[in-house]
Amino acid sequence: MYEIRIHSRGGQGGVTAAKLLALAAFRDGKYATACPFYGAERRGAPVVSFVRIDGEPIKIYSQIHEPDLVIVLDTSIMDVVDVLQGLKAGGTVLLNSAHPITGCNGASLHVDLTGIALAENLVVAGSPILNTPVLGALAKMGVVTLPSAEQAIREMFADERNVKAARVAYEELKA
Amino acid sequence: MLTIATGNKAVAAAVKAARPGVVAAYPITPQTEIVEQIAEYVTDGDLESRYIPVESEHSAMAACIGASVTGVRTFTATSSHGLLYMHEMVHWAAGARLPVVMANVNRALGPGWNTWAEHTDAFSQRDTGWLQVFVGTVQEAYDATLMAFKIAEDERVLLPVMVNLDGFSLSHITQALDTVDIGDFLPPCHLPHAIDTENPLGYGPMTGPADYFRFRWDIERSMRDARGVIAEVEGEFCERFGRSYGPTEDYRCEDADVVVVAMGTLGKEAEVAIDRLRDEGIKAGSMRLRWFRPFPDLDLAGRDVVVIDRDYSFGFGGVVAHSIRSKAGVSPYSVIAGLGGQEVTYNDIADFVRDRCPGEETWFGVNDHV
Repeated sequence: MYEIRIHSRGGQGGVTAAKLLALAAFRDGKYATACPFYGAERRGAPVVSFVRIDGEPIKIYSQIHEPDLVIVLDTSIMDVVDVLQGLKAGGTVLLNSAHPITGCNGASLHVDLTGIALAENLVVAGSPILNTPVLGALAKMGVVTLPSAEQAIREMFADERNVKAARVAYEELKA
Repeated sequence: MLTIATGNKAVAAAVKAARPGVVAAYPITPQTEIVEQIAEYVTDGDLESRYIPVESEHSAMAACIGASVTGVRTFTATSSHGLLYMHEMVHWAAGARLPVVMANVNRALGPGWNTWAEHTDAFSQRDTGWLQVFVGTVQEAYDATLMAFKIAEDERVLLPVMVNLDGFSLSHITQALDTVDIGDFLPPCHLPHAIDTENPLGYGPMTGPADYFRFRWDIERSMRDARGVIAEVEGEFCERFGRSYGPTEDYRCEDADVVVVAMGTLGKEAEVAIDRLRDEGIKAGSMRLRWFRPFPDLDLAGRDVVVIDRDYSFGFGGVVAHSIRSKAGVSPYSVIAGLGGQEVTYNDIADFVRDRCPGEETWFGVNDHV
């Protein structure tokens, strides 16, 4: 089982990112669950969402305490939340950042999701949309396939710019 | 059609397929997504139904009752404080023998204010005459809601059915969902005692001491008959759609020395714990209790039983543990866990089995047996 924890702030689309990722994995023919952890929802407050992907039906409903992959959609959270907590040895961190961030372990990847969203003018209520471009980065990492990522995005969003942003993230992702 | 959905969306999809004539509801976290989705179906013309956005849950159930006495199929959804606010009408729906179907997204009661999963809300309605089923997956939320209409409307039952799903841990989780073309699985609702709206009359429901108990007995008789009806409906559902359900979902129980009994999502998570325990050589199994009313006969004699209660009856004990004690004749290890969404993992459940003390009660997260 591959377990993913997504850190974001309320309103940034972390919950939708988890659903999109689960849908893409499902379109890859795998079992997947997305579980948001709801606290007292407030825009801007740190939130976490969980995604599990496996070849067998998933019976676990509790939170992910030892993720294989941590996704950080807003790196300012790293000042207040230990995003690396419980990360498995050999696990990966994916950061929404134009630059590498020191302090993360060697397996940290980064891509400028915010810049990609802004370049495509993917902005809702003043916030760049991060949950569709991140799917492209995850496809590059092999978590899901690119065709399934694109299909999942199209199933949830009519605006084709979301697919384009995912493709750009797929191309731009670098270690 | 195969897709993914939340538990809430699965319930709404089943309601769309069941085509109730009236849906009356008031939103409450974590149920709101159900009634929002149904309202959208009605607005978009995907569901031809009268959607009544009432001002309270008491009115939601009252509106369902008023609609149901005309013989129309009715649905509502609620949770926690909403369910308790409609309590008087919950009794009324059963007493009036109306096959209302309600989804209850299980949530703790305040104060302290808490929107997470607990079963105390549903158990507080256990003596109302409603059938109650608890589901453990998104697919089951869909399937059980569909079957609930058929069971409630069966002339041998004619009692309302409550479909319970855990707040957030199932209502908001996304899993695979296979929606079906229900065909003629649900025939039109036929209520033998429906009022004739073309011939309006006044009814007085006053029932004196010479008769009242007969109506109470009739509810119990139907509740007993409901066991057979549930088995029939679940059997037909399996034949048509290939998914099998029963009063419990038993996992590796055949040769088990110790059986975990739990409900809802904890009952599914327990299966993961069972696999771990089996790997250690502990012959464990799990029994996820699906039907709470009517309460099923359980074969648990001769083995250790660990009951996880996501509820509590103060001054008495875990409701499920005591139900098991009286109905199955065993003295379980009673674990009170998951109250108000308390995090309980498969590792914790495996620990409950390893550390079991039959006959005792423990509160997970509170030190020592109490």
